[in-house]
Amino acid sequence: MSGPAEAALQAELRQDRPIPLDVSLAVAPGELFALVGPSGSGKTTTLRALAGLDRVHEGRIAVDGRLWQGPDVFVPPQRRRVGMVFQHYALFPHLSALDNVALAVPEGARAERRRRARELLRLVHLEGLEDRRPHQLSGGQQQRVALARALARDPVLLLLDEPFSAVDQVTRRRLQRELVLLRQRRPLTTVLVTHDLDEAVRLSDRMAVIHHGRTLQSGPPRDLLDRPASALVARLLDIPNVYRGRVRGHDPARGLTLLEWDGLVLEARHRPEFAAGAPVDWVIPPGFVVLHRVDRPSRGERENPVEGRIVEFYELGETAHLTLLVRDRHPLTFTVPAHVARRNALAPGRTVRVSLLAEGVHLMPPEHGRSTAP
Amino acid sequence: MDWTALGLSLRLALLTCVLLVPLAVLLALWLRRLPAPAGRLVEVIGALPLVLPPTALGYWLLVALGRGSPLGELWERLTGRPLVFTFEGILLASLVFNLPFAVQPIARGLAAIPRELREAAWLCGLGPLGAFVKVELPLLRPSLVVALVLVFAHTLGEFGVVLMVGGAIPGETRTASVALYDAVQALDERTAALLSAVLLAFALTALLVLQLVEPRRERTR
Repeated sequence: MSGPAEAALQAELRQDRPIPLDVSLAVAPGELFALVGPSGSGKTTTLRALAGLDRVHEGRIAVDGRLWQGPDVFVPPQRRRVGMVFQHYALFPHLSALDNVALAVPEGARAERRRRARELLRLVHLEGLEDRRPHQLSGGQQQRVALARALARDPVLLLLDEPFSAVDQVTRRRLQRELVLLRQRRPLTTVLVTHDLDEAVRLSDRMAVIHHGRTLQSGPPRDLLDRPASALVARLLDIPNVYRGRVRGHDPARGLTLLEWDGLVLEARHRPEFAAGAPVDWVIPPGFVVLHRVDRPSRGERENPVEGRIVEFYELGETAHLTLLVRDRHPLTFTVPAHVARRNALAPGRTVRVSLLAEGVHLMPPEHGRSTAP
Repeated sequence: MDWTALGLSLRLALLTCVLLVPLAVLLALWLRRLPAPAGRLVEVIGALPLVLPPTALGYWLLVALGRGSPLGELWERLTGRPLVFTFEGILLASLVFNLPFAVQPIARGLAAIPRELREAAWLCGLGPLGAFVKVELPLLRPSLVVALVLVFAHTLGEFGVVLMVGGAIPGETRTASVALYDAVQALDERTAALLSAVLLAFALTALLVLQLVEPRRERTR
């Protein structure tokens, strides 16, 4: 949960009403930080508090060493150097693309502001469309105007509220690519709110999972996907293969913790903080499940071998998705390349063997309210 | 043809528009800030002139502005003229009975501007006044035109309130509508027909302007 040593943005937000919030964030300079969570989790409220549009009862927001909110401090949105792209862009319908951007350029004569706005529109590849009104632009073009307008204030913090949700997928990919390229040229501390996990994983340097107004976990996307802090985080991040087990003991010499699971003993990455005998939730992300070849044994076959019957099998493009039923009750989901599935003649009803790679077996404190029986 | 009465009506309508529309904008802004229950109550009271019989409204105004009333006395002390049976009196009455015709379209226009636009304006560095002038006012223009047209047309046509508060003093309070009534009473059919034709022309023009403004309102969304 620890943040970067020197943070460009540091925020602690707490309130009970109207939306309960208990969020803390630390974002490094130039980092793209994603807030993910289901609708109503508080991620948009957090973003609006950072912008100064909502005032959280108990909050502390510091950006680049300046206090934007504190016990006796509340800097209004007009005086925060923040740029924001709204979900539906909120472009001014009566103004041209150029004037939309020029309005946000902080100072200078009219001609100078328009020159700067023209520059920004060129940056987002909208040259030639300066005089169009928002309703004469496509969704993707509108989003670019909104981005140019957000950059016009020369912000120290860029806030993006579901900026790619209102366009088709082709446009979304293109806009995401442009955002990444833009940030290569001018690294800008950015907070992105999205409910699209893939988007958060692909775009962010670090991300935080928010649920019912609370930060459950934050860190690099890979860490969260491979090592969720709890079964709840795993569920929110759509990570399958979460089970309940019990710690059998530790083997520090081999860097392993031994796990009892429904009569099996599995090797897991060493986690001395869990006492022997303690109930745990554990997860094996699909990327750590290795299929044993039917025709030829491979290395790793002795690493947590598990057998199961295929109960679900489908191909999406070049990837085959499988769900096994292990010991007739535990669904285990993973993917293999479609050609591997064909070569091994995988089909529903067949029994196959897999290895659960020990480095991927991740233990978590047990979630309350679930049965403790292994 | 009673040009004096027509001129008086036009003067009354123009002055009402000029005074009332800015006032209505302020009222609509204030209404938007009110919490829901209080806002509804104010809206209901503000709509009263729409449903109250004009003669009844005229009566209440007569009571409120008359010689015995505090407002009437204050006015008379300041100007040396009474409020009732004067042009100033019917102008004040006109402001009251036109209130909903000005406030309602403007309040609706304001409500139709997404809150995000105001917030986006703040995030462009504009203060509340700047956001209003640069973003909300331009978007409100069609609603302002509707309010102007409604108030203008309605002032030309108002009869009961004017008669109650102003009587029918030529050049002072005898508006076109009152003159039309008098002409019919006096069997002066020529004047009655001409005045009616002029009022009809104004009404048609008003409807035409509203038709031209409506589609533009849609496009600004």
